[in-house]
Amino acid sequence: MTKRIALTGNEAMALVMKQINPDVVAAYPITPQTEIVQIFSQFVADGEIDTEFVTVESEHSAMSAVIGASAAGARAMTATSANGLALMWEVVYIAASCRLPIVMAVVNRALSGPINIHCDHSDAMGMRDSGWIQLFGENAQEAYDNALMAVRIAEHKDVMLPVAVNMDGFIISHAVENIEIVANEDVRDFVGEYNPERYLLDVQNPITVGPVDLQDFYFEHKRQQVEAMKKAKNVIQKIADEFVNLTGRKYSFFEEYYLDDAEIALVAMGSAAGTAKAAIDELREQGIKVGLLKLRVFRPFPAEEIVRALSHIKVVGVMDRAESFNTMGGPLFSDMRSAMYDGEANVRMINIIYGLGGRDITVTDIKNIIQKVKDVNNTGKIENLVIHYGVRE
Amino acid sequence: MATLKELSTRAGKFSGGHRLCPGCGAGIIVRQVLAAAKNPVVVACATGCLEVSSTIYPYTAWNTSFIHNAFENAAATISGVEAAYRSLKRRKKFGLEDQEFDFIAFGGDGGTYDIGFQSLSGAMERGHKILYICYDNGAYMNTGIQRSSATPMGANTTTSPAGKKIPGKTQFKKELTDVMAAHYIPYVAQAAPSNWKDLTRKVEKALSIDGPSFINVLSVCPRGWRTPEEKGLEITRTAIDTCFWPLFEVENGTDYTINYKPKNKRPIEEWLKPQGRFKHLFKPENKHLIEKIQKHIDNRWEMLLRRAGEID
Ligand SMILES: Cc1ncc(C[n+]2csc(CCOP(=O)(O)OP(=O)(O)O)c2C)c(N)n1
Ligand code: SF4
Repeated sequence: MTKRIALTGNEAMALVMKQINPDVVAAYPITPQTEIVQIFSQFVADGEIDTEFVTVESEHSAMSAVIGASAAGARAMTATSANGLALMWEVVYIAASCRLPIVMAVVNRALSGPINIHCDHSDAMGMRDSGWIQLFGENAQEAYDNALMAVRIAEHKDVMLPVAVNMDGFIISHAVENIEIVANEDVRDFVGEYNPERYLLDVQNPITVGPVDLQDFYFEHKRQQVEAMKKAKNVIQKIADEFVNLTGRKYSFFEEYYLDDAEIALVAMGSAAGTAKAAIDELREQGIKVGLLKLRVFRPFPAEEIVRALSHIKVVGVMDRAESFNTMGGPLFSDMRSAMYDGEANVRMINIIYGLGGRDITVTDIKNIIQKVKDVNNTGKIENLVIHYGVRE
Repeated sequence: MATLKELSTRAGKFSGGHRLCPGCGAGIIVRQVLAAAKNPVVVACATGCLEVSSTIYPYTAWNTSFIHNAFENAAATISGVEAAYRSLKRRKKFGLEDQEFDFIAFGGDGGTYDIGFQSLSGAMERGHKILYICYDNGAYMNTGIQRSSATPMGANTTTSPAGKKIPGKTQFKKELTDVMAAHYIPYVAQAAPSNWKDLTRKVEKALSIDGPSFINVLSVCPRGWRTPEEKGLEITRTAIDTCFWPLFEVENGTDYTINYKPKNKRPIEEWLKPQGRFKHLFKPENKHLIEKIQKHIDNRWEMLLRRAGEID
């Protein structure tokens, strides 16, 4: 049983959290995530849900408390944005290294400074190397669906890693959409019960979590985290396959939009992928062979699959909603070029950095961007490897 | 109150074989605190000497469940554990319906007075049923004896060194016990392992209360204090007898009780003298500093007596 209702991204996230009914939620307000905390606390106040809701005094404590709760044996969730995520940074790493299956909604917002409340992916990129699985959604529906799948992915015995469910601030978090809601009992069945093998509250088997780990073991433990990331790929696919039976909505590492016969393509994550689809629809009508790879799973990075999907493309424009300041492009571009380097095909790539601090990106903009990719294809020359699109120079 | 025999049967929750320095107060405090806990315990520990000495992977000195998260978040971490417990108990998971626990966090003065202060304050204000124990050795010992806001005035530390111009730490220590009392939580106390009966009684009391509690415990550090290993508890006692470290408790923010009144309050020199970190204070040009410290101690002691209703 599913039903369609109009919800904002934040409402959808709060709703799915209510349906998942975690044992513990600890969270701290920050725009544009705030509503999730507010809506969730109303659910608790109205007795619609009996999750233990811990109203911490900072994001650092939110993540710390969620780590404590998860280590204790609870299913634990939190949500944040931008500076909140940055304040968590230290403990975000610890969550992953303790192999705690925490799920966190990240409502993407530009990191300070200067302070800015609007969308980009600099916050998500700040946690890029922390050992979390990172999913990106194009819209509220995908954010909702990703959150449901995230619980299963995180808690899978082969994985046991925390998962960040990203959705673009304001563009998704505050826009109203008609989304399909999974019935409560189906959510319950889908996520099941969390039964950890080891937990602090196991009276018979006390454990030590977070010990000192020096030269003799630290490296091995990092290696194990990498192995878990590798295994996560199978698990992510397997759970997506189960999810399609539940909802009819099909997910994988990425979505291929008109890629089959495309000559040129874009790669994008988050809401811009939707805008790109609209632009591609128009250009396809004009006979331009352009496609899109919309990346859903950013960590683990599905390199092999990406190479396969793009090997026939001549020029790819990789869209980054964050800077890396390496002066060679954004974080996604680095990964993309690295992935393609060993590919058989000679795929050329340029990087488009766009939308920082919430700078609008329209269908027309995407068409302009595609034109730049097309120019490289026509001339065979890359004049600008990295384009900061839409910035006043 | 538990008898010594009862306490000794419960003393195995923190085993020997940890790598704290000989004579370190932290290990003694942990053993006394855990012995006073009747239920299974979950410990959260801040980064610092205690944590790095007791959990070197693949070993652990803890026979209780233990979590170390980071330096400044022991209080937030144990809040999360306690929240999980309440939730899982309510949801009848893992057979926790009839299972009681004691949730105890340990932090050094650095991880408590300074970097962990926000997390501690937040946890106390939220009212979790947790006991936070600060083992106050008066400096960041683990990173090599740097000053903290708990470092006593005049102490020579590696970041408040006694030099030609500046005679060690120039500020008085933060009185965190008072600050915690100002949270109006059910129970706050100051204790020392030299007075084990007082300490274990306070732990029992703290754990029996339905709410947050905080106990500040003076913890000798032979390395940082520059004192002989075997003299730790004796020196701790002079801290109490000079009123450098009064033993008192505060219930619900206002109800102060002095637990020990020295018959003859000893001069502060007796606390300072045996410790290498205060050596320079005994140079003639620093005499005024000892006087200043004495005056501060006297004022504070008087203030405590007044709060406890012992004088008008
Ligand atoms: C965020 C952060 N800053 C600094 C450190 C380095 N550090 C580890 S332990 C420590 C000092 C601990 O001092 P204290 O809390 O007084 O405990 P003690 O070592 O004296 O037992 C410091 C500064 C750290 N681990 N994390
Ligand atoms: S340095 Fe001090 S606090 Fe640290 S273990 Fe040694 S005696 Fe204990």
